[in-house]
Amino acid sequence: MNKKLTPYLILAGILICVAIFAEFLTPFNPYEQDLEGALTPPNSVNLLGTDRYGRDVLSRVIMGSQTTLCASLLLLLTISVIGSLIGAICGYSGGKLDKILMRVSDIFLAFPQMVFAVAAAGALGGGLFNATAALALIGWTKYARISRSLALTIRSLPYIDAAKMAGTSSAGILFLHILPNIAGPVLVTAALDIGTIIMELAGLSFLGLGAMPPTAEWGAMMNNGRSMLQTAPWVILAPGFAIFITVAIFNLLGDALRDVLDSKNRN
Amino acid sequence: MAVLEVKHLKKSFGEKVILNDINFEINAGECLGIVGRSGCGKSTMAKIIARFIPADGGEIFLCGQDITNSKNLKSVYKNIQMIFQLPEDSFDPRRTLGWSIAEPLKNYNFKNIDERIKNLLIEVGLTPDFVEKYPREVSGGQCQRAAIARAISVSPKLLICDEATSALDVKTQAQIIKLLRRLCTEKKIAVLFITHDFEILNEISDKILKL
Repeated sequence: MNKKLTPYLILAGILICVAIFAEFLTPFNPYEQDLEGALTPPNSVNLLGTDRYGRDVLSRVIMGSQTTLCASLLLLLTISVIGSLIGAICGYSGGKLDKILMRVSDIFLAFPQMVFAVAAAGALGGGLFNATAALALIGWTKYARISRSLALTIRSLPYIDAAKMAGTSSAGILFLHILPNIAGPVLVTAALDIGTIIMELAGLSFLGLGAMPPTAEWGAMMNNGRSMLQTAPWVILAPGFAIFITVAIFNLLGDALRDVLDSKNRN
Repeated sequence: MAVLEVKHLKKSFGEKVILNDINFEINAGECLGIVGRSGCGKSTMAKIIARFIPADGGEIFLCGQDITNSKNLKSVYKNIQMIFQLPEDSFDPRRTLGWSIAEPLKNYNFKNIDERIKNLLIEVGLTPDFVEKYPREVSGGQCQRAAIARAISVSPKLLICDEATSALDVKTQAQIIKLLRRLCTEKKIAVLFITHDFEILNEISDKILKL
């Protein structure tokens, strides 16, 4: 295992484990209200204090990691797989299919991503699923573009001609030769994209277009604490700090992964 | 009957005529050397015969069968194989040499694939442990031998060598030429050998076509 990559992999692994086992790690029920204990500052019982409904902020941050990370990783998986597949098919096959799909991607790319996502999420209605769908609708284009350009380069290499002469079908060439060879750059792009996606999903939730109350989600939690920034800053700072740490870890992981794959390619 | 017969082959790129009325034939166990300056259309012709790009005119017959516009490329490639200029680039960098040699054998439903690969590697002067090696782990000459093993694995009737020795050092060039010449004679494979080197051409060719 690469020394540069290992610490970030461990940190990302811890974050993912926290998200998976959130139910078992929360000190209190994140949805249980206690109006008498509302807006309690951080103390030895409620380490990060409580929100306006008296819910334990630490428990909600831990539970929010599940919602935020699962939705972000699922979204990333969807757009990277679909985008890469579309791009690789376009790049390898060329012709009318390539032209049509790339013009469609041009149309999506013409809109600012967040503005489009806000409009789409608004049209689809609130909810985490709709917010994820809105981001997926525009997010695949980047992966399609990257995969297409990589597939265009690879398809002109002699080993693709050799595979054709070996009797491998077009689908076989796509899945056995092209997709495995573009996986590295796509993986790095995806790793670098996790942070952006977390922030975009949290942004939609912050605007009230993502997770609906009482779901514990970092963006929605920040939205709830927005009006109390001066009186009870812990309500907004805790999920904000969680987003900051998570985005930083995944960005550093992406950078390290890119460095490792680049040096492998150079060698 | 000639293994490969090319009649009135034509190809242009825009206004520039690359190939104009090219005619030749190659018989089994015969090596036709094609020579010419850079850009004269040697590789273009190889790509047309290998059906990678279409011709503008003319006909190509393989063992008497017109393959100029054949849709069933898999059956065409059972009889035509090609060796490329840069040996390392002709192998998928993520696959072992053994995997790449097995690819045509699997696709053309050969039996005892592992045994065949071993025999093929020995036949081209490599050892069976090369099946586990990646293209980046072997020398250019060894990689080209593996490419030859892959090309002859399906017992093709025609072998196209497009500058197959150009990227190799003189000593390795001589070894590869000796190997190709032996395979051509022993297996009765028709070889289309493209080069810009007259010395190599004289050594391997039974007849020469200058473009």
